[in-house]
Amino acid sequence: MKLQGSVPLDRENVDAGRRDALKLGGLTLAFLWTGVGGTAHAALNARRQPGDAAAAATDGNPPFAPNAFIRIDADGLVRLVMPNVEMGQGIYTGACMMLAEELDVGMDQIRVEHAPPNEELYSMPLLGGQITGGSTSTRGHWQVLREAGAVARAMLVAAAAERWHVDPASCTVSRGIVAHQPSKRSLAFGALAKSAGALPEPGKVTLKDPKTFALIGKPLRRVDSAGKVKGATQFGIDVQVPGMKIATVKACPTFGGRVVGINDKRTRAIPGVLAVLQLDGAVAVVGEHFWAAKQGLDALDIEWDPGDNANLSTAKLRVALADKSQSGTPIVAREVGKKPADGKLMEAVYQSPMLAHATMEPLNTTVWITADKCEIWVGTQVPTRCVSAAAKITGLPEAKIVLHNQYLGGGFGRRLETDSVEQAIHFAKQVSYPIKVIWSREEDIRHDIVRPMYHDRISALLDSNGRPVWYGDRVTGGTVLGRWAPMAMGKNGLDDDTVECVAEVPYDIPNLKVEWVRHDMPDGLIVGWWRGVGPTHNLFVVESFMDELAHTAGKDPLEFRRTLLQKNPRSLALLNLAAEKIGWNGGPLPARVGRGLALGEPFGSRVCLIVEAEVTPQGEVLLRRAVVALDCGVAINPSSVEAQIQGGVLFGLSAALYSGITIKHGAIEQSNFHDYRSLRINETPPVELHRIDSDQAPGGLGEVGTAIAAPALGNAIFAATGVRLRSLPVDRTLLAQNGNVLKTVVGDNCAEGVIDGRARA
Amino acid sequence: MFVLHVNGEPRTVDVPGDMPLLWVLRDIIGLTGTKFGCGVAQCGACTVHLDGQAVRSCVLPVSAIGDKAVTTIEAVGSTPSGQKIQQAWLDVDVVQCGYCQSGQIMSAAALLARTPNPSDGDINAAMSGNICRCGTYVRIRAAIKQAATGKAEVLQTIAPAAGSAA
Repeated sequence: MKLQGSVPLDRENVDAGRRDALKLGGLTLAFLWTGVGGTAHAALNARRQPGDAAAAATDGNPPFAPNAFIRIDADGLVRLVMPNVEMGQGIYTGACMMLAEELDVGMDQIRVEHAPPNEELYSMPLLGGQITGGSTSTRGHWQVLREAGAVARAMLVAAAAERWHVDPASCTVSRGIVAHQPSKRSLAFGALAKSAGALPEPGKVTLKDPKTFALIGKPLRRVDSAGKVKGATQFGIDVQVPGMKIATVKACPTFGGRVVGINDKRTRAIPGVLAVLQLDGAVAVVGEHFWAAKQGLDALDIEWDPGDNANLSTAKLRVALADKSQSGTPIVAREVGKKPADGKLMEAVYQSPMLAHATMEPLNTTVWITADKCEIWVGTQVPTRCVSAAAKITGLPEAKIVLHNQYLGGGFGRRLETDSVEQAIHFAKQVSYPIKVIWSREEDIRHDIVRPMYHDRISALLDSNGRPVWYGDRVTGGTVLGRWAPMAMGKNGLDDDTVECVAEVPYDIPNLKVEWVRHDMPDGLIVGWWRGVGPTHNLFVVESFMDELAHTAGKDPLEFRRTLLQKNPRSLALLNLAAEKIGWNGGPLPARVGRGLALGEPFGSRVCLIVEAEVTPQGEVLLRRAVVALDCGVAINPSSVEAQIQGGVLFGLSAALYSGITIKHGAIEQSNFHDYRSLRINETPPVELHRIDSDQAPGGLGEVGTAIAAPALGNAIFAATGVRLRSLPVDRTLLAQNGNVLKTVVGDNCAEGVIDGRARA
Repeated sequence: MFVLHVNGEPRTVDVPGDMPLLWVLRDIIGLTGTKFGCGVAQCGACTVHLDGQAVRSCVLPVSAIGDKAVTTIEAVGSTPSGQKIQQAWLDVDVVQCGYCQSGQIMSAAALLARTPNPSDGDINAAMSGNICRCGTYVRIRAAIKQAATGKAEVLQTIAPAAGSAA
């Protein structure tokens, strides 16, 4: 990974690119130096690259390997190499569909392979590195993978035509067989692989007319389901290496704290414990199996020096953020027009919490370091960053680092970081055998690289008709980009991610001013990417506040938005569709039931979500229904689109309802799913998706549902109770009808819980 | 020393009695389909069957198993309900990252075995101990109903036609 220090920034070009990228959204903002300043960054290419020969050699030199993504063996097996990683988002299926569409093979005729780390061959054009994130994969694949399939198809056809002495144009391809109908001859790809591999690359290839697509646009099943339903899919945590031992770790609970000393007498007495390892800020116990390692770690007496963060708390961080919002120097992200002198000024403060990722698969890395080699098995969103880190830690050249990427048991941005991989490598250096380092769930949550907390002061000016003529937002918070890709920070030190989806809104509001005040967290408290990144944070603020404006203007939130969308027909259509499907004007709802809507344009897609929720007298929020209208351009696989929207919305609702990381004595207070709650099936409403199909290039999807979830929920709660929630997660004490009802019914619920253990999760 | 009956095979394991079944399966026997998610019976990723009952193997000491039959995700397809559930999971295309799905399928198969036609309430009661962070719950519910009734669920965008990736 050559993210840092490789390219001199050309400010002007970066800023020009930045404006375009704002339309792409999210993480893509990080990578605008790509191609700037003379050092064009390698990116996915449908054609052979210089590095392809070496890659093919390590792959046993398949007879036909026309580019980095397609290998056809002599026996006819079509292997597709996936430039991105699969963490549930369905990109393996989407990428295969794009390749197979133009190659003309069936989805049942292919085998899928993880790409090795290789910046030259697998760098995402929108990210400037071999990175999976930012809802960029489909957007980055759309042209190049179809072209890669078409190039391969053209070469296979040319090989057949040459053998038959016919015009290639007279040949057809279907399900991996090239046919010449006039002479009734046909050859399978396997039989053509060798001769096709010897042919020169074709010139310009013509991609299919979308009307003739056989796969793209069809709701196909995933390519990775069969293994996953049988427990046969290998995730990072499932890796087994001969001679491997298992380790589990504990880092100083206080951010930035250190190990002063350990007493391992009791640990070493536990059968199966093999070693106790130490780093500056963490310890590991190695065992024959995880249980021995865990028992050993639990028995370890560790003396910590908590360091400078010993008195850190969420309350202090909140106060500091609020102070900084007032006293800090804002960086103007976007300013249009001027704030008119007249009108009704509305102001509100919104707060968003730190969040953990809590991927179902706890962080883990398997490492085997020998004298001249470091082998790593891990599911990561950043394979080449892991290789670079390993080279730095071991002192070995990158060529001696072998990384085997695995299926990821969830990513959500957590596996864009290399901290756990680096830690495992440091421990592995201390032993002579391979070790699999597994973080307990407690470690996974307490040492998450959390989503930053934010303090937002948003305001708007309404004219005499109740129409907003100006809005302003001052976002205050830390920067992920500044640490993760400092080269990508913008003019005046702006982190665009912090203002994504508020600097530009779907509505016709003539004047605006959006600013960011940077407030870094104390050393040791590291903040990171979390599904939906900037848009998840900002859409909560913007779309909740739009609701406030509507109510202030005395207008229905739907009508209020409609009047502001007259110049934005694509988003207006979504608003109308969602309203129609849920029956927005369909008559009164029961008491304490409300519907809330939210609209946004994150990640190159457009989405409108309406949530219907009931708030019990005790303040418990019950989700009744969610209706989504989506315009994501071309829907490569409508089934995947539905799955991502459903899952994304639920991920966002889960966080809004239950999740918040808090800090006491410089340590995260939450530790497992009992105190870092996650939505469960009994709390899940039906989530309906309605698409407006278009022929526009595909937008992102993995984070779209998450980004739009919280404001729709907050607005539904307001509609149900009249209580406006301006901070997350939902505070039920604000929603209870009165204190007495809360007392009595909690008592009743407890009694029920004892009698029927199944009553509540 | 314990003799366990795992997926129809006797397995002799030399492990401490307090060692949870999860780690015996994963680290001793080498059956990694059963997943570690929380270690405290909060997430259900480690669900296996003990004489057909869904249990959380991360908190089940190996000494408590006795001669009860242990069934894991690797073999649940050989039970009638497990086979139906796995097929429905494929038909509905439930999985996303897939990490929790072993546990989801084990809980669903146990449900279907004792309640052939589960209501939404039955599904909630049986499945609320299994967390899915990807949020596949809508399809999980649809797949359980489809496994029970054999009828395609309305929410699916997937056509029942062939020609899809298995």
